[in-house]
Amino acid sequence: MFDKISRSLGDLREWADERFPVTAFWQDHLVKYYAPKNLNFWYFFGSLAFLVLVIQLLTGIFLTMNYKPTADTAFASVEYIMRDVNWGWLIRYMHSTGASFFFIVIYLHMFRALLYGSYRKPRELLWVFGMLIFVVLMAEAFMGYLLPWGQMSFWGAQVIISLFGAIPYIGDELALWIRGDFVVADATLNRFFAFHVIAFPLLLIGLVLFHMIALHSVGSNNPDGIEIKKQKDENGVPLDGIPFHPYYTVKDMIGVVVFLIIFSAVIFYAPEMGGWFLERDNFVPADPLKTPEHIAPLWYFTPFYAILRAVPDKFLGVVAMGASMVVLFLLPWLDRSPVRSIRYRGTWFKLALSVFVVSFVGLAYLGTVAATPLATLFSRIFSVLYFAFFLLMPIYSKWDKTKPLPERVTGK
Amino acid sequence: MKLLFIILFLVFPGFFVASVSAGGGDVMLDSADIQLDDREAIKRGAKLFVDYCLNCHSASLMRYSRIAQDLDMSSDEVRNQFITTGAKVGESMKVAIDEEDAKRWFGTAVPDLSVIARARGVDWLYTYLRSFYRDESRPWGVNNSVFKDVGMPHVLWELQGLQVPIMESHTDEQGNTSERIRGFKLIEKGTLSASEYDTTMRDLVTFLAYLGEPSKLQRLALGKWVLLFLAGFLVLVILLKKEYWRDIH
Amino acid sequence: MDEIDHGRRRMLLAATAAMGGVGAVYVATPFVLSMDPSEKAKAAGAPIDVDISKLEPGQVMTVEWRGKPVWVLRRNEQMLKTLPELDKFLRDPNSDELTQQPVYTKNPQRSINPEYMVMIGICTHLGCSPTYRPEFAPPDLGPEWKGGFFCPCHGSTYDLAGRVYAGMPAPSNLVIPPHHYVSATRLLVGVDSEVI
Repeated sequence: MFDKISRSLGDLREWADERFPVTAFWQDHLVKYYAPKNLNFWYFFGSLAFLVLVIQLLTGIFLTMNYKPTADTAFASVEYIMRDVNWGWLIRYMHSTGASFFFIVIYLHMFRALLYGSYRKPRELLWVFGMLIFVVLMAEAFMGYLLPWGQMSFWGAQVIISLFGAIPYIGDELALWIRGDFVVADATLNRFFAFHVIAFPLLLIGLVLFHMIALHSVGSNNPDGIEIKKQKDENGVPLDGIPFHPYYTVKDMIGVVVFLIIFSAVIFYAPEMGGWFLERDNFVPADPLKTPEHIAPLWYFTPFYAILRAVPDKFLGVVAMGASMVVLFLLPWLDRSPVRSIRYRGTWFKLALSVFVVSFVGLAYLGTVAATPLATLFSRIFSVLYFAFFLLMPIYSKWDKTKPLPERVTGK
Repeated sequence: MKLLFIILFLVFPGFFVASVSAGGGDVMLDSADIQLDDREAIKRGAKLFVDYCLNCHSASLMRYSRIAQDLDMSSDEVRNQFITTGAKVGESMKVAIDEEDAKRWFGTAVPDLSVIARARGVDWLYTYLRSFYRDESRPWGVNNSVFKDVGMPHVLWELQGLQVPIMESHTDEQGNTSERIRGFKLIEKGTLSASEYDTTMRDLVTFLAYLGEPSKLQRLALGKWVLLFLAGFLVLVILLKKEYWRDIH
Repeated sequence: MDEIDHGRRRMLLAATAAMGGVGAVYVATPFVLSMDPSEKAKAAGAPIDVDISKLEPGQVMTVEWRGKPVWVLRRNEQMLKTLPELDKFLRDPNSDELTQQPVYTKNPQRSINPEYMVMIGICTHLGCSPTYRPEFAPPDLGPEWKGGFFCPCHGSTYDLAGRVYAGMPAPSNLVIPPHHYVSATRLLVGVDSEVI
């Protein structure tokens, strides 16, 4: 009986193969796609990012079934989901927690690239696609946050859109065009809904596809930063490569389950995360006539927000914030080291990276607090250090005394 | 290298704690210490809410039938004990007052209290409800040390009585001296003693906490099963990985 | 090089797949259930109280339940007498199609109380709402017409117990909603009667 079934399935596969690259895909991208065998903890975050994307899409669709995107009804519709829709509260918390976890995963994913030089040739385009995903993701999150139409939603959007107003000559017209009204209003909410639910998810899916295609074209980097394709056996299989399936499918599952444990713990026990994931002020309906005491963007934007506020000029602050993201794109061309991975780099790079991490985290914190003179001073210092990491890299990456690279990947 | 990460991961939570505690402004709040799973407290709080608050404040995102469901009461019990506006059990807790009238009487729109506990926090609410004091300069004759120049009258004055503030001098970091409220003194007794009033307010705040998130107890209960299942699944998945990776040397 | 223990692998794979499958069902369940009627829909679809004290014999009143028109017709003596005479003209005179009415209305008058007829005013053909035609032998319905309901969309006719005439486009008798009498003057539509 089972023989018959498996033979029929085999026939079906043959029929499909003549019309569609089913087996070819399976072979090229899973069973005969060779990944380095020394991938470590830092390599979980790519598949986790994909998981979070799927979670956001799924929960997002179900939220859209009951969410109402008009200024009069939006806030109440979110509470409707929380109270009157069966299991609505769970779907909402999955989506709000998912948004924050998306950024946790993405920042760690990007950090891996900094550690091991995953952005170096021939992976520059992979890095660029990744950076585009990051920028689109930030826009997606920003627009999503307007939708609950709370005080933070409204005023956060008001502040950020008015930044576009700072651009000389075209600023005011631009801000008006983005808003569709003189202040953030019903028109703004509705179009942000259209962007958040349809336009940007489609863009994101497309970019993720390109990101994966770019990855599979060159193969994955690894913690030693050496090219496994340089040492192949008589069949053309890299000596240090192992088939992605079953070895990394099964390993990534561990990453997924650990992630789900942490994710579930937050959803069920601390979905507000002390006001970090769901801000207190956002439980007050938007009031265009009352500005909250303290407007802060969500935690994942705060490093860039801190850079914006550090510059005393409104327009130049916007430029600095934009530059802080653009400079990330340039990384593949700023790094002049003969080696990729931090394991073989010298003290200069290790120092620079540590300073960068401290600055980034420092900026993140400073972006959440009021702009006191002391906070502003530190923001300026950290902003300079942030840019120094990139702009001085062509120099210190060349100076650094590197260690000799191994021929084969190490067991670390 | 690893040391750096360990230090960073230890330092991170510090940031959380620092900024969360900085969020309350400079008013000292008393701890409400509520027990959300105390159904009787929620019931008492609901009664208080309906009797004292629902005249002006709506809770329009909450249905009476939900209260019936969560507190294990029948529709008739809920109707008899909580519904005074003639609303049906399936309807939400809307208020009888007209919005325009309210704006005229109180100087501002009267906020809906459905999610007030999530916006302000239980400690804030608990302290606020006990911090009204006599202030002849205000339209309703009262002010509040937690919410300066609030437009709300002291609806619960019959229970608490009336207090006056005890002032003290205070010098801040810049060297400016000002008067601030150190505590209160009761000048007119209410029907409840101070500790009875505290307990009553605790009940009301417990209800408000429940009102803000009725599904909270459900999610807390469900959480442990989810984590248990995932923990078991983790064991399996680790075994599976180790088995396959025996191939790799 | 160790020997691959295929048995152990298959067992672990099966166990993981099974547990994963269970987990997947658990995860999918809230999503599927979220599409069920919400509390708001259920509240709007709640049973409705109908006061029939003012209904005159021969009069019909319409109330809304779950978005549908529900007719309450108070039949007079003459109407009740004509019902059995019409059996031979009807497609389903004995209400044998069980899905159209609750079990406690499967009787010659299709009602709990013969005097009051409760039914949903939606034609079982394509959903139009028929008109009440109590008069005898009007010009458009012919000399045989003893009173009933006429659907203007495609001409289906029903008697005063909502039973459909044979040869009509409509396939079934009018649907009777769950209902019961709280008192002689109060009818609750939406909740079944205890009466068997």
